[in-house]
Amino acid sequence: MTEFSDYIVELQDVTFRRGDRIIFDRVNIRIPRGKVTAIMGPSGCGKTTFLRLIGAQLRPDGGKILVNGQNIPELGRDALFRAREHMGMLFQSGALFTDLSVFENVAFPLRVHTDLPEDMIRDIVLLKLQAVGLRGAIGLMPDELSGGMKRRVALARAIALDPQLMMYDEPFVGQDPISMGVLVRLIRLLNDALGLTSIVVSHDLTETASIADYIYVVGDTQVLGHGRPDELMNSDNPRIRQFMKGEPDGPVPFHFPASRYMDDLLKGDRKA
Amino acid sequence: MKTMIDRVALIGRSGLDVLAATGRSGVFLFNALVGRSRFGNGFQLLVKQLYAVGVLSLAIIVVSGLFIGMVLALQGYNILKDYGSEQAVGQMVALTLLRELGPVVTALLFAGRAGSALTAEIGLMKATEQLSSMEMIGVDPLKYVIAPRLWAGFISMPLLALIFCVVGIWGGAMVAVDWLGVYSGSYWANMQNSVQFTHDVLNGLTKAVVFAFVVTWIAVFQGYDCEPTSEGISRATTRTVVYASLAVLGLDFILTALMF
Amino acid sequence: MRTRTLELTVGLFILIGVLALLVLALRVSGLTVNATGDTYKVHAHFDNISGLTTRARVTMAGVTIGQVTAIEFDKDRYTGRVEMAIRGDIDTLPADSSASILTAGLLGEKYIGISVGGEDDFLVDGSEIYDTQSAMVLEELIGRFLFNTVSNDD
Repeated sequence: MTEFSDYIVELQDVTFRRGDRIIFDRVNIRIPRGKVTAIMGPSGCGKTTFLRLIGAQLRPDGGKILVNGQNIPELGRDALFRAREHMGMLFQSGALFTDLSVFENVAFPLRVHTDLPEDMIRDIVLLKLQAVGLRGAIGLMPDELSGGMKRRVALARAIALDPQLMMYDEPFVGQDPISMGVLVRLIRLLNDALGLTSIVVSHDLTETASIADYIYVVGDTQVLGHGRPDELMNSDNPRIRQFMKGEPDGPVPFHFPASRYMDDLLKGDRKA
Repeated sequence: MKTMIDRVALIGRSGLDVLAATGRSGVFLFNALVGRSRFGNGFQLLVKQLYAVGVLSLAIIVVSGLFIGMVLALQGYNILKDYGSEQAVGQMVALTLLRELGPVVTALLFAGRAGSALTAEIGLMKATEQLSSMEMIGVDPLKYVIAPRLWAGFISMPLLALIFCVVGIWGGAMVAVDWLGVYSGSYWANMQNSVQFTHDVLNGLTKAVVFAFVVTWIAVFQGYDCEPTSEGISRATTRTVVYASLAVLGLDFILTALMF
Repeated sequence: MRTRTLELTVGLFILIGVLALLVLALRVSGLTVNATGDTYKVHAHFDNISGLTTRARVTMAGVTIGQVTAIEFDKDRYTGRVEMAIRGDIDTLPADSSASILTAGLLGEKYIGISVGGEDDFLVDGSEIYDTQSAMVLEELIGRFLFNTVSNDD
């Protein structure tokens, strides 16, 4: 378990419930500054919920969420507005505003948070689109873009204000190999070139492990383990091992709970 | 016995769900309309929505108004003929349209055309996480997306109701005077004598304003509150049309009892 | 759609809506622009005002010269007290003019018709019209007709 010097985000004893179900039970996670940290785990364990908690879209039922020392759930509206200026989030589907052009989409955060004149905004938009390789698409509408291109434009929008923290929600889902490669490269590149901290939530092992500096494996309301990718690959914990090696059966069972096989077969033509 | 108790519990739970949804929609409305917004071009957004919601509904409103006015004149003439009072068809058409059909039919058509479109649009924005990403950027989707649509509905529906009435009266005049032979002077004079501005026109307008408020509120809330799946959106759209129509008809009864 | 065209279309839409309201106000409901002009009030007592409502027309020689502003029950005289507002420029009504409650057509509403009298003094603000004719009540008419028929047979 590596210790870093500076943590930009700390989740302390965070508990979150959805209805009667407990999603997290007193979870502790620390995101080191300047590094790419991955939060991984099986589907449905609530990984995306982390990002929403950090971004204050959801409130935890207990615990503190510290971003740069500020407890996010306790912030007032104005303070939250200022805090969000330093966070960028890339949603799974890109989530571009369909009624605005690519230019207007990327310019949106600039118009909201700054008073910059039009020509400066144009320059910054061009800059961000160049970084993701889509400067030529500046005049298109979102429905004229492919899925991968939409995500890249959304990425340009997310970094428009030069945030300190970038959050990626399942960025690799449903991508073809080329788009996947582009995205993987961009995440790492932007993180290092712009001095960002990136949090990648994913269940895609290979791609994520290739760029992550640190991984948290989450499951069953708890953090199952955390460490550098190579540390986790050789872990003793059977659940981490099952996840990292992709084993079909293990602590997460293959068979859905059912009665004995023999009993089921002998029931004849009865349906249940 | 157990299933009976289960059924009662289910009814109770649905009742509580409805109450919870009503409460949510109230908070939703308050947050959308009250408070300042952080972006400057609210007016631009409003204009865009007025176009989408108001101008684009003109076609259906005008055509429906015309036909309803003509049918009213036709039927009214047939009925009044038995009492020898065909000359009163003008005031019949005008009063029916101004007091009842204008606000109510406009509201029902509006709920079906503009209301369902609003629900689907907002539901889709929710399903594709546009609303969430807006929030993450620091813009309150209630102020940026919902509020302009609410105001557009509040403003345009009463205007549409007025246009409906005028077109209907004119359509009725066409049928009554040009076709059925009612004396043009009587049509308009009887109408002017019996239609009172405050009692009939303004009351009808008040109804239209109330309906506009309720229909737009329901449409926008159903979109915002729906499940972010394609099934959820289609259910929400259906709910908008059904709830809004029932609400309009129910409120019409109450308002008519109060006003007339 | 271009912003400018959009704005123009929306502006047109709102204009049409407001115009519709004006049309309804002036052409359909006969709202007269000088409704709030200079008026003076007179009142009259009727035994039966049946069917008369406030804002009903007050006419003379068939021409509208005012409207009914209030209808109340007078506890002392057990009559209906009708207050009317007459246009300010019609100030030459003789003090002994009579007021009747009439019906406009078969389905029509009740209105007040004033017939000219002969006195030299004129009605002023606060005057009472003493000579009144109550509304025709259908039952009374039929009753009187039957009574007359019966008494003629004697």
